[in-house]
Amino acid sequence: MLRHAGLAFAAFVAFIVFALPAVALAGVPKPVIDIANPGQCIASPEVMRRTHMDMLLHQRDKTMHEGQRGGKVDLNGCIDCHASKSNGSVLGSNQNFCQSCHAYAAVKIDCFECHQPKPGKARIAGIKP
Amino acid sequence: MSEEQKTGRRAFIAASVGAAGFVALAPGVKLMDLAQARAPGESVSGKVRWGMLIDTTKCATGCSDCVAACATENAIEPGSGRPAQSSQWIRKIELKEKTGGHRELSLPMMCQHCANPPCVDVCPTGASFKRADGIVLVDRHICIGCRYCMMACPYQARSFVHEPLHHQNPEVPRGQGCVEACTFCVQRIDRGQGPACVEACGKSGHEAMLFGDLNDPGGEIAKRISTVASSQVRADLRLDPGVRYQGI
Repeated sequence: MLRHAGLAFAAFVAFIVFALPAVALAGVPKPVIDIANPGQCIASPEVMRRTHMDMLLHQRDKTMHEGQRGGKVDLNGCIDCHASKSNGSVLGSNQNFCQSCHAYAAVKIDCFECHQPKPGKARIAGIKP
Repeated sequence: MSEEQKTGRRAFIAASVGAAGFVALAPGVKLMDLAQARAPGESVSGKVRWGMLIDTTKCATGCSDCVAACATENAIEPGSGRPAQSSQWIRKIELKEKTGGHRELSLPMMCQHCANPPCVDVCPTGASFKRADGIVLVDRHICIGCRYCMMACPYQARSFVHEPLHHQNPEVPRGQGCVEACTFCVQRIDRGQGPACVEACGKSGHEAMLFGDLNDPGGEIAKRISTVASSQVRADLRLDPGVRYQGI
């Protein structure tokens, strides 16, 4: 009996190791992202995906407390480039740039409770956000 | 002081300020120099202390251009049907003396950007802070909305945002659940411009508000403060406000 249990466990482990990644690669849907301006970001997509939150956290203190604005990392810069051309925002649907991955990963996005998710250019042009 | 002497003094101030009207553009130019002196990536410096001098003899009763300019620049909208709850960064105050000639005056009141700010003393999280250049701000990332600072401020300069906001200026993030107040238009200062209210007051032709660096002995504001009588509101509290009033 114990031997059967052992075999069953080994089979289970084998399934986890070999079968699940295959299923994951084939069947699990990936986020659909509306990229308004394809091109070079401030770092590679891999780096941005993993560290954009740290970059923004660091920069927000620099801007708020030391008055450093308009540097390489700039939330308004992200929004200017990544706002969708359909609704002019990084939020709105699960295809919009910020919302797509955050909805996919179920990570709450607090930035836009205070920050404007639409670019400044639209505001200057008189488009009501 | 007799009435005649008072008039004489007022006329003298008005005349001297009138003569300085053209020169009043100079601090703006100076402001640009200072801002451009700060390289990108360089932090604000404690060598500068931003301040304002408000000449109440030039501030016109009934004019609220400064309040309107503030609302436009910082995207402050009236709350949904509850004016008592809407944010107020700057307000106009009309004063009337009860005795004598019932002298009337009008002045804008806003965050006084104290050197010893009580709002910073009482903040339990460190959200309320004074920037190196003397501007008192709320870091909304840290603010928990407890409103102790609103209680502590003797100028009633702070407001609490009760409702979700949607039309923020991208340069001025604001949101529900945080306390806020006048920032001296910090986003404009960091670009080398002055506050929106001061610009609007100049455009209206009153030129009652002068903004500049209190620490710069050659600057217009420091010169004016050293030559004309100005007062601090609630000077007894010894908060050393950055906003000074002339003629009250």
